[in-house]
Amino acid sequence: MNAPAAGLSPPQTRRILSIWLPAMAMDRWRQGASERREFDDKPLVLIADTAHGPRIEAVGRAGAAAGARVGMMLADARTLCPQIVTAPYDPAGDLAFLEKLAVWAQRWGPWSAMDAPDGLLVDVTAVPHLFGGEEGLVADVAQAFAKRELTMRCAIAPTAGAAWALSHHAAPGSIIGGRGDEDIMRALSGLPVAALRLDQDVVTVLRRLGLKQLGELTTIGRDAIQRRFRNRKSPAANPLIRLDQLLGRVPEPLLPVVPQQMPLVQRRLLEPIRHRQLLDQVVADLAEDMARELEGRGEGARRLELGLWRVDGEVTVRRLELAAATREAAHIVRLFAAKLDDIDAGFGIEMLRLRASWAEPLALEQGDIEAAAENHGIALSALVDRLTVRLGEGAVSRPVPFASHIPERAQRWHPPLEPEPVSQGQLAFHKRPLKLLDRAEKIAVLYATPDGYPQRFRWRGEVHEVTRVEGPERIAPEWWRERGATRLRDYYRIEDQRGRRYWIYRLGIVGDGRGGAPDWYLQGLCA
Amino acid sequence: MSQPDLSSLPTTAFEDVATLSARRSARWRPGLAVQQGKALHSEIFVSSREGAGAGAALALALDDWRNTPRGEGQEAEDRRSVLWVQTRDAARLGGRPYRAGLPKDLQARVIHVLAEKAEDALFAMEEGLRCRELAFVIGEMSGNPKALDFTASRRLTLTAQKHGVPLFLLRVDAGRDLSSARMRWEVTSAPSSTAEWNAQAPGEPAWKAELFRACSHAPGEWVLAETGTRLTASKAREDADRAVANWTAGLQHRRTPRRA
Repeated sequence: MNAPAAGLSPPQTRRILSIWLPAMAMDRWRQGASERREFDDKPLVLIADTAHGPRIEAVGRAGAAAGARVGMMLADARTLCPQIVTAPYDPAGDLAFLEKLAVWAQRWGPWSAMDAPDGLLVDVTAVPHLFGGEEGLVADVAQAFAKRELTMRCAIAPTAGAAWALSHHAAPGSIIGGRGDEDIMRALSGLPVAALRLDQDVVTVLRRLGLKQLGELTTIGRDAIQRRFRNRKSPAANPLIRLDQLLGRVPEPLLPVVPQQMPLVQRRLLEPIRHRQLLDQVVADLAEDMARELEGRGEGARRLELGLWRVDGEVTVRRLELAAATREAAHIVRLFAAKLDDIDAGFGIEMLRLRASWAEPLALEQGDIEAAAENHGIALSALVDRLTVRLGEGAVSRPVPFASHIPERAQRWHPPLEPEPVSQGQLAFHKRPLKLLDRAEKIAVLYATPDGYPQRFRWRGEVHEVTRVEGPERIAPEWWRERGATRLRDYYRIEDQRGRRYWIYRLGIVGDGRGGAPDWYLQGLCA
Repeated sequence: MSQPDLSSLPTTAFEDVATLSARRSARWRPGLAVQQGKALHSEIFVSSREGAGAGAALALALDDWRNTPRGEGQEAEDRRSVLWVQTRDAARLGGRPYRAGLPKDLQARVIHVLAEKAEDALFAMEEGLRCRELAFVIGEMSGNPKALDFTASRRLTLTAQKHGVPLFLLRVDAGRDLSSARMRWEVTSAPSSTAEWNAQAPGEPAWKAELFRACSHAPGEWVLAETGTRLTASKAREDADRAVANWTAGLQHRRTPRRA
């Protein structure tokens, strides 16, 4: 948005088209299947389940005439109109639909944003002359939406706020021709304060103050409103911020929708294939196509999906995740080869499609000058891919530190090539064992010294005689996470008569009131 | 060495030098990688009751890695990763590597592979040996699995030699079966040195390592310890030296008739 500096007021140059789809959920449901159009004259509502029973989220025209309203419980609507018909409400699907619509709406301007849940904003600056003026543009929008059978109201104004207010609360197709904020204010002064995109409770407050129209906000003076709403920092809760946005005095950043195409290659086969050898050939061809496609975009694939369409309509999908972005056809073929062993071709496979559903930028780089260095051995990312494909997800990992005092929690296993999370350094006097058992094993203490540590203990059926010891290092339970009855641990580093070094701990202390006599555990093996 | 009389000085000196050099070259010692390159395939037999095997394997690997001369075009500092392959049995018996307890150099560089079966572990180790971006590979396998026969170990040796990536295979609770490993060790814990500040505490770790079969070295027994960033080996027993003397006796015998 353009932000005029204080003191200067350059003319407003932006033109924003706001599109409101008041009945988007219902229109979308209606277009889902052809037989749904039969419900046009029946009282239909879309419902969502809540803790208090089903609630109405969208109402058709016939339903509204029968008395159903958005936000009403279904049981209440049933008392008004017993023959009401229901269908499930799908907010996620609506959002995805709106996203697609936003990309489609870029036919009227180079830049569009979603105005969830049911609106769009399109920047049409310097565009209207292509449609024969702004009236022509609005007519074109109306025609396009009518063709898609979507109920729509739109408006054009210099700011997103003003366009939104007009599209929601003024006559359809309104246009503010003026460029300055006086023009905007004059055009909008008759609209209700709800046109400011405020929260419902703020609208209620304003109504109680007697401020019903936008024009009335300016009559009582800015200071009075400023005092009333001085603690509200969010734009949706502060009418002054919204008013300034509407008049273009403060910028309002919007998030544009940028369409992204997924790299996709496919082969339709004249003759369905039933044999593995041919399948391998086609997969190799696809991998090469994909490598070329990715190279053109300067990207590398992180996840690949191979779909195999069989003659009888069955679809098999094989998914592959890569440790680092790659576009090496040979590597991809090799990894898929392990995954194609159990494919049932049935009567034959007639179409294969390879899709990179996750791609990352991968710059073109110069090959090694010395070819030998490149051909010798394989790269680390290729190694990780091969191991993951053969041994399964999660078999290859890397220990990374985690902010915790409890030793077994202080280490986590992450995918090997991910960047390491930031962590606090390790304290030098904390001596830790080289290896940690998966679960600390209980040891039977045969003879404990009065100091507390065991002089002789039995672990896995053998008796150890402790000769040297260091400790205790007390690690208290993490009270912010664990239950109150968790006991503390006293760790000892010990060495036995044959030089074997262990890390053992006592769970709890005598008389801590959290259970009986404390147990001893062996948790780590020192080098 | 006794004081020789003048007439026999050249002969004796020659004899002594020959014996000594043969004996010296035959014996393993730390830092040998400077002359002979890295030990590419070692097996280390350990008990699952102690962490000595992993500690010694890391110490041997780091010793080789620090003492390998840098090539012309190589980077000054080697930041390559380390692959640590464990079968699930070995991980259950001996635990998994713990980052905070690893040597400082390696903490951020360990990639861990957990294999369900011995075959998978062998596959992972072989693929790791092929990778040019690994400093070395550590494997841990428990018992004597059927998959790890002489052919499998020969495969590992050949791959390691072809690509120059060392493999240290820890054989947890295993019998000394047939293998083509170039060096075979048996490692147990040894009482540690006295700690710097606390006489009661366990100090720097030490291991008793017996090299019971090796391709180019005489067998021997040492107490290994790490002081700072250097691996030191002290003789475990005096009679170990005699065994080495016998082993090189052949060289002496061959020369003696010509001299006489």
